[in-house]
Amino acid sequence: MRASCLLAATLTTSLMGGSAIAQTIYPIDRAEILEGSRFDFKVEFPNAPASADVNVTVNGKPAAEVLGRPTNFIQSEEGQKHSALWLRGASLPAGRYVVEATQGGNKAVVNWDVFATAQPRRAKNVILFIGDGMTVANRTAARILSKGWKEGKYDGELAMDDMSNMALISTSGTDSIVTDSANAAHAYTTGHKSCVNALGVYCAKNALTLDHPKVETIAELVKRKTGMAVGVVTNSEIEDATPASMVAHTRRRSDFNDIVEMFYAVKPDVIMGGGSPNFLSKTTPGSKRTDDQDFIAKFKEAGYTLATSKAEMNAAVSGGSKKLLGLYNTGNIDGAFDLRLAKKGTISKFPDQPDVVEQTKAAIEMLKGNPEGFLLMVESARIDKYSHSLDWERSVFDTIMLDNAVKVAKDFAGDRNDTLIIVVPDHSHPMSIIGTYDDSRPGQLLRDKLGVYSESLPPNYGPLDAEGYPTDVNTSRRLAVVYGSYPDTCDTGRPAMDGERVPAVKGPDGKTNIANEKDCSGPGAARKTGNLPFDANSGVHAADDVILTAMGPGAERFRGHKPNTFVFRVMTEALALGGQ
Amino acid sequence: MRLMGPLSTITRRGAVFGLAAAGLFDRAARAADTETIAFDGLYKSFGVLGFEFSDRVTALRGKEVRITGYMAPPLKPESHFFVLTREPLAICPFCQSDADWPVDIVVVFMKNETAMVSAGRKVIVAGRLEVGSATDAETGFISQIRVTHATFALA
Repeated sequence: MRASCLLAATLTTSLMGGSAIAQTIYPIDRAEILEGSRFDFKVEFPNAPASADVNVTVNGKPAAEVLGRPTNFIQSEEGQKHSALWLRGASLPAGRYVVEATQGGNKAVVNWDVFATAQPRRAKNVILFIGDGMTVANRTAARILSKGWKEGKYDGELAMDDMSNMALISTSGTDSIVTDSANAAHAYTTGHKSCVNALGVYCAKNALTLDHPKVETIAELVKRKTGMAVGVVTNSEIEDATPASMVAHTRRRSDFNDIVEMFYAVKPDVIMGGGSPNFLSKTTPGSKRTDDQDFIAKFKEAGYTLATSKAEMNAAVSGGSKKLLGLYNTGNIDGAFDLRLAKKGTISKFPDQPDVVEQTKAAIEMLKGNPEGFLLMVESARIDKYSHSLDWERSVFDTIMLDNAVKVAKDFAGDRNDTLIIVVPDHSHPMSIIGTYDDSRPGQLLRDKLGVYSESLPPNYGPLDAEGYPTDVNTSRRLAVVYGSYPDTCDTGRPAMDGERVPAVKGPDGKTNIANEKDCSGPGAARKTGNLPFDANSGVHAADDVILTAMGPGAERFRGHKPNTFVFRVMTEALALGGQ
Repeated sequence: MRLMGPLSTITRRGAVFGLAAAGLFDRAARAADTETIAFDGLYKSFGVLGFEFSDRVTALRGKEVRITGYMAPPLKPESHFFVLTREPLAICPFCQSDADWPVDIVVVFMKNETAMVSAGRKVIVAGRLEVGSATDAETGFISQIRVTHATFALA
């Protein structure tokens, strides 16, 4: 990985004319920027030159003239070996822009496409569903588990499959082929590509995580320019990467305390997830804040109803609340597998957590009354987290849960023809279905039990419950789902009924991760030598493209293959968010 | 997305320190006035809006206690404190900041700067119980419940 990065850097440099370190311009080359959206313009010059030694033009004119405000030059920014030219909060009318930064004999050039959005606005509402880490195998397995399979055909379609438009989406960031959920969600909510761990910022040389050049998020745009309501719903901690991408500007996704403040600054009308400790003052036992701010009190003062359980959430809805802060767990909300079947995780501590479907219903109920429409992001977060743990049954149950939430949105949209619904993963995992494990096959080893090709008989999972989840997956013939990346681990070929799988544990050197022996002793357990770097304790993301499906006004723009930033463009076009 | 955090390398010196600490611990553990507390008994209530410490924990403030738990991956190889957790932190999803710790941790401040044993090992800690929000001057680490002047031994 490191070698290929170096190679790419070398190629880029030689294409740019051989200068060892070039000026860096943010937004970067080929940025697509919504007309009138705000962005921080920054140019970094190596070797800390003085102002007189550099020149920056936009379409051949001084940058300040085109951007309408004076720029700010800082020699040796933060004492570092570069100088910086800044204009925070810039915006531009639609058009093509060529930005040139000259330093001595070196010139860096980037092109921006500032795009307009046509009037009239076509969508009243936009609902963006993100299946975090949802890979094609997640969809296939969810269909097998929840719809049934007979003679090569399914007995039904997933709600997310039965949509008018589809596109293949690429998810890489500016810095790497394989990205993370922060940068990937940032592409959907800002339309800009950035780097791993970044939310709402480009990754510049700034020392502090909150100082990097910012770009405006769709939630901020909607709140600034329209009367629309905004909802952010997840079953992860609300500060986690995907929900945070609606409001956050930080180089480091783990700035949870800052992210809570950013939620408070933007004030989405409906905020639901886990992660309450970062809302509590540091004096409250159980807090993770480092200051005395009490964000529970602050949100209440701002007119929010607080819900800490499903019952309180439903009471808020039936009581007519339009602003809700729903925090249902100190960590992540338990996934569908534990809520319904295994009852492990934190079910005993938090016995009345809503699932993503119930949250989605409640959110739409609260948002739909807004005459100006609403923007709602719903994330099924643990599809990804369980795939990291190589716990495919939990990952697929949460895929079924996402699909049921999509069904709720489709029922709302009905034939209104005013609601754009998008279902998209943020990145993939290396996950595949290769056959079925059949306990009745001869032999003792897991691979003896594996039926492939003509012997991959359909699984005999228990009957479906009313919501389309199998009532038993610990049966004698089960899907064989494999992951392409893993630490040293043991594969049981069975669901982990006693809690989320822990594939590896810290070894005696405190650094290398070794197989979790708990999974190594059962009948047929297969020991696997890891194929990841030794410090990896779980599976990793894949660069494989992901499948987007969509319906409603604007959805027809999705076809063929698109970069993830295109999702932002389609949403802003449907809502006609452009214009100064 | 999970990122691997910086984790300590355990040295032979660490093992020696661990044994030395065990010796100290034996003396502390033999003291008749040491009360045993457990993760299960720390809280009266445990909810989204915070915790309330149990009456017993409140009553034992400032007293000598012992508690069994798991040593979390330390922030540094040698430190004057470590985090004690209810369950082994086999998967530490981000391990980049204190935002990533479970909420029901006990922070253990050692008598002396100490090399830690292997992360994830079960240990018995003895020392003085402190309750209430406090910020470590050196690291800024905030804790609600601590065992100070502590020694530990492998359980």
